[in-house]
Amino acid sequence: MNNQWDIIIQPKRSVFDINLKQLYKYKDLLFLFVKRDVVTIYKQTILGPIWFFVQPILTMVIYVFVFGNIAKISTDGIPQPLFYLAGIVMWNYFAESFNQTADTFTQNANLFGKVFFPRLIVPLSKVISALIKFVIQFLLFLALYLYFLYSSTVIQPSYLIILLPLLLLLMAGLGLGFGLIFSSLTTKYKDLKFLIQFGVQLLMYATPIIYPLSTIPENYQFWIKLNPITHIIETFKTIFLGSGQFSTNGLLYACVFTLFTLVFGVLIFNKTEQKFMDTV
Amino acid sequence: MTVKLDNVGENVIKKHMKKNIAIKVENLSKQYRLGEIGTGTLSHDLNRFYAKIRGKEDPYSIVGQTNDRTVSAESDYVWALKDINFEVEQGEVLGIIGRNGAGKSTLLKLISQITAPTTGTIKAKGRIASLLEVGTGMHPEMTARENIFLNGAILGMTKKEIKAKFDEIIDFAGCQLYIDTPLKRFSSGMRVRLGFAVAAFLEPEILIVDEVLAVGDAEFQKKAIGKMKDISAGGGRTVLFVSHNMASVKSFCNKGILLVNGHIEFMGDVDLTVSKYLLGSSQNLNLKQFNNEFDHELFSFKEIRISATDKTTIEPLTEYDEISVETVLHIFKNEESLQLTYVLKNESGEPIFTFSHKKNKIKLKKNLNRLICKFPKGFLNIGSYYLDAYLIKDSRETIFLEKDIISFNIQEGLRPLGSWMGKEPGIIKPIFEWSIENN
Repeated sequence: MNNQWDIIIQPKRSVFDINLKQLYKYKDLLFLFVKRDVVTIYKQTILGPIWFFVQPILTMVIYVFVFGNIAKISTDGIPQPLFYLAGIVMWNYFAESFNQTADTFTQNANLFGKVFFPRLIVPLSKVISALIKFVIQFLLFLALYLYFLYSSTVIQPSYLIILLPLLLLLMAGLGLGFGLIFSSLTTKYKDLKFLIQFGVQLLMYATPIIYPLSTIPENYQFWIKLNPITHIIETFKTIFLGSGQFSTNGLLYACVFTLFTLVFGVLIFNKTEQKFMDTV
Repeated sequence: MTVKLDNVGENVIKKHMKKNIAIKVENLSKQYRLGEIGTGTLSHDLNRFYAKIRGKEDPYSIVGQTNDRTVSAESDYVWALKDINFEVEQGEVLGIIGRNGAGKSTLLKLISQITAPTTGTIKAKGRIASLLEVGTGMHPEMTARENIFLNGAILGMTKKEIKAKFDEIIDFAGCQLYIDTPLKRFSSGMRVRLGFAVAAFLEPEILIVDEVLAVGDAEFQKKAIGKMKDISAGGGRTVLFVSHNMASVKSFCNKGILLVNGHIEFMGDVDLTVSKYLLGSSQNLNLKQFNNEFDHELFSFKEIRISATDKTTIEPLTEYDEISVETVLHIFKNEESLQLTYVLKNESGEPIFTFSHKKNKIKLKKNLNRLICKFPKGFLNIGSYYLDAYLIKDSRETIFLEKDIISFNIQEGLRPLGSWMGKEPGIIKPIFEWSIENN
């Protein structure tokens, strides 16, 4: 009897009831959101997309100055600019994916309160926008990389480069997963908003971005390795710089961790989207 | 005569056809939390969770009270909607009316899947598009062209569908010239037109519209109503329409639901629903006495009565009576510039005329004033009427305003036996002076 209805609205959906077919139907919206994000950021600016380069370059310069020259933190013999930029570009992708998705509900409350569409479209579009930004910044890294590849001998690219797409997928998955969890929780408990702001920053220092994993004392290594992003960054550095600590187990751990975060994130997001308008 | 026979035939067929239900709402309720959501949220959540793991019912679902804003809150939860049941047939245009806070918007939000109900189900056939606002999600920095695509996609259209309709949308909005101009340069009226144009070319089976027509100029409103009529008539689409404008509800809908404090008070023919709403919102008594509801530092509004001259307020008013409107005002200070003004409105809430004692050189004095205004015999036609009361100071400042302060009905008078008994067209039927010259 029920199958004659196209839409059935009920108080509670099952936790695992995720409408992928519906999500696919809205794919055009996904790309229009991405287009909106990319096109509108730098409208009415003179430099336009060049701003994508300015942030990582300036950050790199500051890192070279503060961590490299003042604090004299080792970079495993890798030229400082290249070492820092590798970390910054990768980290930015995670941070962007996470920050942009973490306030999905509060940021879009007005839109969500007026029209129904699969809410998951919004965080997905943010991750894709972040990917576009990453690709542009990665080109910057690649330019610097090629320069150092020809001018010095310490850099050894690895055949592991085939793992690069996996690394990006993991970064996006972690950013999205955490973003979904936090965006769901902040609808009710706004306290988390404050946590996110410095949480991302703290997490960066718990990740080998500005220091190589090899400089960490043996007894702290366990804790740093508990952070799944550590393995992603180290693999990335192994691929391009030949200086990281690549471990298959570590990467496998990152994969499993990401999968769990993502699945949990999607489930909690799916549950929240039904009623968040009442609490946001 | 043939026309009538055709109609009868059609009705017979309709009765025998199985009803095609587009939306079915069963036992729908929605509970909201009163007060601030903050401290206590976590403890309530934990209580809920504890109840859930013991397999018990949600401890807060029992305590909610009905959404009657006149009583004070007894619990932290309130039912914005309670046990709503109705069906809408395909092609029907259903008007949902009720006072502010009666649950209209909540109902629309539930049907358009913006928030989930607390209990009950909604079943629907086909695509639902909701127009709770026009131009949702449009970005001011993007051009009209980009925004049409974005807004269309948000409303559920695919790129292909929008492309096919693009020229029509531009045409309807009337913004060919500004197609590549960022939206932020548009006037607010133009934005609304653009937003409505996109929505108008959506082709959902079920369309939900919430007072979006309240914006825009008269020409646009006419265009929009016309377009919506086309949508429902031509396409056999089902429309749910919420509005406070009874005239547009009446002209647009064929069925109505009256919501009062979160439950359905009445459902049926739209004209009946509208008059129930208007009667309910001001008590249909020809005498109203006020204690101190309408007290002011300058005056106290004591009483208002409407009667046929020289009759009591209990007796019905007929089309042949001279009608007296008596107002008792207690004035505290000698303030001669005070002026009582009424606006007479018909059942649709449309103002018919404004009247006051200003031109009659009558001035309000200190202490009790009984103001009497008489409508000539046979002036008002049969129907329900409403009065808005204003007190105006110095001919410019409104110091008191009460809408629908009283309502009254004019009934058919005793007509000579054998004459026609219906209501003549028109709101008023004044008796003019006629003369005839016979040669």
